[in-house]
Amino acid sequence: MGNPSLIKIENLRFERDDTAVISCDNLYLDAGDILQVEGPNGSGKTTLLRLLTTALQAREGTILYCGKSIAECRFEYLSDILFIGHQSAVKLTLTAEENLDWMASSGIGSSSAVKALESLGLAGYTDIPCYKLSAGQQRRVALARLLISDARIWYLDEPFTAIDRDGVRLLERCMKDHVSSGGAVVVSTHQDLDLQGVRHYPMLGESLLRAYS
Amino acid sequence: MRSSASNGFCAYLRRDLRLSHRRLGEAASPLIFFIMVSTLVPLGITPDPASLALVASGIIWVLALLATMLSANDLFAGDYQDGSLEQLLISPQVLVMPVLGKVTAHWLVTGLPLTIVSPLLGLMLSLPEAGYLPMMASLALGTACLSLLGAVGAALTVSLQKGGMMLALVVMPLYMPVIIFGGATVQFGIDGLAWTGPLAILGAMLAAAIALCPLAIAGVLRLTSIN
Repeated sequence: MGNPSLIKIENLRFERDDTAVISCDNLYLDAGDILQVEGPNGSGKTTLLRLLTTALQAREGTILYCGKSIAECRFEYLSDILFIGHQSAVKLTLTAEENLDWMASSGIGSSSAVKALESLGLAGYTDIPCYKLSAGQQRRVALARLLISDARIWYLDEPFTAIDRDGVRLLERCMKDHVSSGGAVVVSTHQDLDLQGVRHYPMLGESLLRAYS
Repeated sequence: MRSSASNGFCAYLRRDLRLSHRRLGEAASPLIFFIMVSTLVPLGITPDPASLALVASGIIWVLALLATMLSANDLFAGDYQDGSLEQLLISPQVLVMPVLGKVTAHWLVTGLPLTIVSPLLGLMLSLPEAGYLPMMASLALGTACLSLLGAVGAALTVSLQKGGMMLALVVMPLYMPVIIFGGATVQFGIDGLAWTGPLAILGAMLAAAIALCPLAIAGVLRLTSIN
């Protein structure tokens, strides 16, 4: 046994209205991993990601970060994760640059915000209110956070929604760069990723499990 | 990226002020409500200055309270819907400072303008001259209290789809002490009494609210989101 995994889930259970939504006995994530969470709609992919980000709390089970429970090292853990969910947290009345500025909250400076936006193909759109952008461009604004953050663990919930083919390739390259520099990615998507060494984690809702047995 | 507590405060203060600036019409609606209703009062009651003077301070305070309450509903609703509230909850920073930043921004766009235009309303409602200074002082402190208390209610009702009525029910009892001492400050000023007494109590309430409300809001936001 070497170093403890970056993330390790043990016997995680989450219920909603007395129905098990998540039942995850053993799942780990090491530096350099890309974990693709797959499953039909309603199988609990988002719930799993929200449990991992501490936006939800499980009744049972533990999530270990570098061998320590995330409740014990909450600050360190939360400083090391980045979550981009369905709701992109993009303020439509602000410009792309302003959005990125407050998302970084510690003031990254407008030049690095603009740089991040430009490398995601938003050159020339950085000072336009986001409601004037298309859905895919708004998504790119949210995804630009990936480039300005130094979090090691990325949680991406359906990041490819509304993104065009070039954007998908761009995002895949971001993920590849991230894991090759020691990061880890958990991504929920229905698309096949054009990346090597992606581990798959199939989610089957508990109700579906019961139907199969 | 580790950020200090004051950064969280400034980032959210700046962001919310910017958001209000972009939607100026929406942001100014409490103020417009405040002015519009008070112009109707002389028409509805009586234009007689002597009778208006009796109710002026009370009416101004009630309107300030309603205007603040109506706008408090939107404090967290937008952030809840677009996911930025969730981002805030999973950020490593102390929740209290961004919350305080948001409430400060709310006061700057509602309470402060109300305080500034209140002399105009005093004029329309024939408020006796001795009442102006106490009215402005008490509104400045009182509306800040109202913003903080309203934010607690807004946090409690944020996950409800139509939380407006619920918010009113939750915060109304909390607003009562504020309006009692706010109204008293103006009345004391008009009657020539030492109006700094009730004003000091209002100040004490504000101090307590600044210390306690952000904690309550942060706790409630965590509770309502983890369900």
